[in-house]
Amino acid sequence: MPPIDSDDWLDLLTTPLNVAEAVAFVTSPKAGGIDIFLGITRAAISSDGRALLALDYQAYESMARRQLAELAEQARRQWPVIRVAILHRTGRVPIGEASVLIAVSTPHRAQAFEACRRIIDQLKKEVTIWKQEVWADGSSGWVHPDGNSKNEIRI
Amino acid sequence: MTITIKLFAILKDRAGTSQTKIEIPAGTGINHAVERLARQYPTIQPFLCKLAYAVNEHYMPVTTELHDGDELALIPPVSGG
Repeated sequence: MPPIDSDDWLDLLTTPLNVAEAVAFVTSPKAGGIDIFLGITRAAISSDGRALLALDYQAYESMARRQLAELAEQARRQWPVIRVAILHRTGRVPIGEASVLIAVSTPHRAQAFEACRRIIDQLKKEVTIWKQEVWADGSSGWVHPDGNSKNEIRI
Repeated sequence: MTITIKLFAILKDRAGTSQTKIEIPAGTGINHAVERLARQYPTIQPFLCKLAYAVNEHYMPVTTELHDGDELALIPPVSGG
């Protein structure tokens, strides 16, 4: 649930991310631009023919929550952010569902695009969250951040 | 002194635990605490070269001295998003 007493909605959730709720949260009469980023679990087939089923996310939750607050604060220092939502799933995220949602509202569109992009770029670099690929044959493996798994072909 | 060490992702799987406490002399650096942990959990040894470290939920350099009650987290390369 979005907070009622804050302009920042920051959370780690085990349930599907609700885009409409996030858009409603960042909507404001002062905001002329809203930018939304969704990161989606993408289908993949490994080189030996295994199909990807889902991604399993694990977080160092207390630190990750602190880091999400820092990302919101940094964005506010650089852009006139009116409201921001940064939501990340933990646990299993099936193919086609969003693992991360960022919504930013600002007076003008360029600021919203820039702030949103900065937040997702920093989140991927710093925030203490890890993902594991879960394959149809029951195998799994932690994702290395400097590229796709060696034996994997994205589709 | 006693510190808590938290393990995540591949390290958690290899060690078979997400958290442990170790006794170390006061002023021990992160690097020595990790060496000590690796003796206790040799299966994590191959995964120690690319780690970052957090002390009480803040990223810190490997030379940082630890204090009684600190929570040291071993952070494998993150892959959120």
